[in-house]
Amino acid sequence: MDKTKLKQAALEIRKGIVTEVFSASSGHPGGSLSIADILAYLFFEEMNVNPENPEDPDRDRFVLSKGHAAPALYATLALRGYFPTELLKTFRHKDSILQGHPDMKHIPGVDMSSGSLGQGISAACGMALSAKISEKKYRVWAILGDGECEEGQVWEAAMFASHYGLNNLCAFVDFNGLQIDGPIAEVMNPTPIDEKFKAFGWNVIVIDGNDLDQIDMAAKNAKLSSKPTAVICKTVKGKGVSYMENQCGWHGKAPNAEQYEQAMKELEEAQNALKVNA
Amino acid sequence: MSEKTATREAYGKALAEFAKDYDFVVLDADLAEATKTGIFKKEYPSRFFDCGIAEGNMMSVAAGIATTGKTVFASSFAMFAAGRAFEQVRNSIGYPHLNVKIGATHAGISVGEDGATHQCNEDIALMRSIPGMVVLNPADAVETRAVVKAAIEHKGPVYMRFGRLAVESIFDKESFKFEIGKGQVLTEGTDVTIIATGLATSISVEAVKLLKEQGISARLVNMASIKPIDKELVLDSAAKTGAILTVEEHTVIGGLGSAVCETVCEACPVPVVRHGMNDVFGKSGKATDLLVEFGFTPEVIAQKAKQAIDAKKK
Repeated sequence: MDKTKLKQAALEIRKGIVTEVFSASSGHPGGSLSIADILAYLFFEEMNVNPENPEDPDRDRFVLSKGHAAPALYATLALRGYFPTELLKTFRHKDSILQGHPDMKHIPGVDMSSGSLGQGISAACGMALSAKISEKKYRVWAILGDGECEEGQVWEAAMFASHYGLNNLCAFVDFNGLQIDGPIAEVMNPTPIDEKFKAFGWNVIVIDGNDLDQIDMAAKNAKLSSKPTAVICKTVKGKGVSYMENQCGWHGKAPNAEQYEQAMKELEEAQNALKVNA
Repeated sequence: MSEKTATREAYGKALAEFAKDYDFVVLDADLAEATKTGIFKKEYPSRFFDCGIAEGNMMSVAAGIATTGKTVFASSFAMFAAGRAFEQVRNSIGYPHLNVKIGATHAGISVGEDGATHQCNEDIALMRSIPGMVVLNPADAVETRAVVKAAIEHKGPVYMRFGRLAVESIFDKESFKFEIGKGQVLTEGTDVTIIATGLATSISVEAVKLLKEQGISARLVNMASIKPIDKELVLDSAAKTGAILTVEEHTVIGGLGSAVCETVCEACPVPVVRHGMNDVFGKSGKATDLLVEFGFTPEVIAQKAKQAIDAKKK
């Protein structure tokens, strides 16, 4: 694993997120910035995918169950070469393929339309079951929100994955602790999320979800498991943009021009610092 | 003509029959014995997956399987397939236009004793409102078999509506042809057209005979394909007979009656009387008694047809 390369990729994804949400004057920056490191790891280190052949039946699958973090997925796909980076500036615009939430029909690299919480993880179960039926080797990776775990369907899916022994499925839970109406503990406490997944028969790992070494360890562990794996990722909502970090208000709000400049400057400085240290 | 079979039974048999020639998997939500997917399960256990009592998850799982190129049948009672899982059907299956075929059984009041909570009279309205969804409601066992085959060969989501109660066979297995978007004229007539779907078709056959005895010539159309509806046949019926009665074991809001009204009002406005569940819930009782109670009898249908004829005189 080339950690510097992945860190650069995560920062580039974060710049893409800020650019998209600024260009759209809407969208969800907080919960997108929190998962940039997981996406950088999956798309630039772990997953067997090929932007030249996005429909390859043997590719690994990715489902963004917390579909409102679409800016993070789109920035990742653009950086990985699925479509031009320029397109990010059309996010949420009327005739853009980059819909407010992921649309598998029109966006290369999007394996499942998502956005209605709880459904993506079930679809990921379907993909994993299909691999078992067809004896295919591909793996299915998903990202859930912590607030999303308040949806009953998440636990229906958890029961299903365990029942059918879907050890080719790994779900990262973006545990940033905040949802629209406030801290998850105050709105409707879904914790302990780790204990719940354990009770549903999953292999559970708790990590710092903004730490690439820990993400790497968790993904390797998942591939050795005889059960489906849930990686509970403690993350910082708004990670990488100082004024957005741990601020509930940045769940679904776009920066103004001044805030945009500041965010891009901070992320570029972080990239430059990485180059100097390398 | 005398053989009686429930369309759910014909559905289960059709799945088992077509499994030899077509590659699909079947999901159910702990109702395989009732929906009759159990017939398929018995013959093809490795292609059957029980999802337990979790219909929302089942629909999204079906969508996920379909993204990998497999055709999927997902079954439950109409109440839970179209009702409880509506949003999963819309967002996981409808929006990405995936190859999922929903086999919904126990539709309408002919569920009988289970009562209102299990008698779904709203599923056609719900499913019809989803862009790209095909909605099929076959009248007998022969049409059910044809509908299942058409659903397999159709690319995209299909909602199929089946009943619990055994119904009269209307169609001949050898000569029957079904096409999505097409209805059939069962009897020609000039005074009024009765357009029926599902279980209501066989009852309407008897109603047409009653009308004939009274000197009224009714055209009878069977319309399994509610979406897309056979516009050509509906408009031809409107033009030729000048009045229409629709009959469905479903609420008169949003189902076949609405689809027919939407069609004629835009191109050939004629009076349309909608017969069905009149904005009420069903109740427990023997299916045959409930059909009488809610007016699904040849006598009431004949009377409603005369009401449609009277309306065109005004």
